[in-house]
Amino acid sequence: MGSTQLPPGTEETLAATTAAAAAPGEPVEMVQLLGPDGTLGSDPVFSDYAKRIDPEKLRVFYTDMARIRRFDQEATALQRQGELALWVPLTGQEAAQIGSAHASQSQDYIFPTYREHGVALVRNVDLAELLKQFRGVSNGGWDPRENNFHLYTLVLAAQTLHAVGYAMGIQRDQKLAAATDSTEPKAAVIAYFGDGASSEGDVHESMVFAASYNAPVVFFCQNNHWAISVPTEVQTKVPLANRAKGYGFPGIRVDGNDAIAVHAVTEWALEHAREGRGPVLIEAYTYRVGAHTTADDPTKYRESAEEAAWREKDPLDRLEKYLRTEGLADEAFFDQVKADGDELAKYVRSTTHGLEVPDIRAAFASVYAEQHPLIAEELAWFEEYSAGFESDQEAAN
Amino acid sequence: MATMTIAKAINEGLRASLTNNPKSLLMGEDIGHLGGVYRVTDGLIKEFGDERVLDTPLAESGIVGTAIGLALRGYSPVCEIQFDGFVYPAFNQITTQLAKIHARSLGKLTVPVVIRIPYGGGIGSIEHHSESPEALFAHTAGLRIISPSNAHDAYWMIQKAIECQDPVIFFEPKRRYWLKGEVDVENAGLSEDPFKAHVVREGADATIVAYGPLVPVALAAANAATEDGRSIEVIDLRSISPLDFDTVEASVKKTGRLIVAHEAPTFGGIGGEIAARISERAFLHLEAPVIRVGGFHMPYPVAKVEEDYLPDIDKILEALDRSLSY
Repeated sequence: MGSTQLPPGTEETLAATTAAAAAPGEPVEMVQLLGPDGTLGSDPVFSDYAKRIDPEKLRVFYTDMARIRRFDQEATALQRQGELALWVPLTGQEAAQIGSAHASQSQDYIFPTYREHGVALVRNVDLAELLKQFRGVSNGGWDPRENNFHLYTLVLAAQTLHAVGYAMGIQRDQKLAAATDSTEPKAAVIAYFGDGASSEGDVHESMVFAASYNAPVVFFCQNNHWAISVPTEVQTKVPLANRAKGYGFPGIRVDGNDAIAVHAVTEWALEHAREGRGPVLIEAYTYRVGAHTTADDPTKYRESAEEAAWREKDPLDRLEKYLRTEGLADEAFFDQVKADGDELAKYVRSTTHGLEVPDIRAAFASVYAEQHPLIAEELAWFEEYSAGFESDQEAAN
Repeated sequence: MATMTIAKAINEGLRASLTNNPKSLLMGEDIGHLGGVYRVTDGLIKEFGDERVLDTPLAESGIVGTAIGLALRGYSPVCEIQFDGFVYPAFNQITTQLAKIHARSLGKLTVPVVIRIPYGGGIGSIEHHSESPEALFAHTAGLRIISPSNAHDAYWMIQKAIECQDPVIFFEPKRRYWLKGEVDVENAGLSEDPFKAHVVREGADATIVAYGPLVPVALAAANAATEDGRSIEVIDLRSISPLDFDTVEASVKKTGRLIVAHEAPTFGGIGGEIAARISERAFLHLEAPVIRVGGFHMPYPVAKVEEDYLPDIDKILEALDRSLSY
């Protein structure tokens, strides 16, 4: 870990538990607390963080995971019925998203890629607004400043640099506040990306900048094993978490289907960043159970046995087992979760139908923040052209 | 009034912005202690510290990408790309991200990033150090592209670029960095609006449009033409996007003839755009086709033959002859 500062007493332990020690091809240590069978294990560093999660919080994790899976099913159905142009399913990655997002605080800022529907849910983004992009009525959909949740970024990894720059802004805000004796809450940034995007140069550059400026950013890589049809092995010959060592900051692989471990590790990482100790890379080891998008066919490139093996590690099943075994949730709770999910699906379906198709004039209006003569000229032409059809219509009537 | 070079004028303009706007900052390769390879940022790190003048890692996409993040947090970053030919690693961040964030958010987000790029040839440099890539960016909606040709404009236009809420690419005519001129640091005067073209020489027989490094060449050609009794109007475009077609149109309606000169290749260039627009706006006023003077359709040639490639006085005069004798 070099000079990277960790909480007292954790440095040696982390060195052993993180991916940093593994050589290419070697199996890597993975932080796991809740196993696929629903039993809770322990970790020398992160059990302490897991203890902060009270039963109510655990039930919220489960509820959110179930709701977003139900939402995912509904959005997939909406696409199949022609209501959405495309859908990007998240099924299988619920724990990675819900667990990490719940570790964020309202002052933290999040840069998603385009599959982070679970994170959006936790950050209180209206999921109907999230569907606007996939219905073709917006290229964004929500106000990022309301929930500190940036717009989806479709050009892979571009947002990782935005996240680092934003984090550099937080550092400066804190210095400006200190200079004027005012307070600025300690904040961090999470940059979400995937194993495919990890090959993009912008990920490398973002990690170089983050390390150089000690920026308060957590790189959260969901390794879901497939970049459309290409397996992770083509993107990397070492565990992705290992790459952090090359940049000089901690890298941790966590079981991405274990909401408790994901939350514990992310909470640690965000504290590390907020306290000025620099960036962290988290590799959430998970699996995209469904297709890359509704335009994809996984049977062309992977074995169904692989999918079946990962279904055995399902993030919801294991938390349900734990909640039931420990007596933390009863049948009525699970019935309620199902009812809530159906309610959300109903809401999303009805609002999707009602999503307003924008006027292209709104597009003219938002190209530039300040007045621009070419925009004005082209809009004027369009108005005149459109008015021609209207007068034709009137004449016909 | 003060006399200074264009490089010094930009330096003073940056200093004024850093002083007036606590959220402005500079970032780029070697811009701190070295003061930039052209010394345009000379002395600024001493005055404003390394939180405001950042020597960044050597990564152009990283510079522009992190500048976008800083802008989203409320800062006004001014990036320096060391040379024109090195902007391409940042092309994705500029065109898919910087240019589109305001539109994607339906106006809720602004990204007031300025990207300074020394551009153009004529300095005998090696490969990738003499290019004029402005048309590649002009084709992308959401960006503003400006280029000063004199010290007074340089001083004011860089400040106006930093104030602008839209992303601005600020192309600096590197072979004119040492061109001296009068700068009024109290009054912007005509420089107030960086997006308007200026008629820098009035004339009656033909119009030459140029920008950045070719404005002095266009003026010299116009002066030379007076020896043949020709009265030539010269327009300094100043802004490439938006492009002030009104000023060009008014001039052409007066002179009836138009020459557009730029160092960039003519094919797919700004000159073609001007020719098309003017043919729509002033077709019946044109006495001759619009003639473009610019680079050839080839990679920028080796320095020893760049004189054959670059527009110069003779090439502009030849174009004037063709136009006037049409």
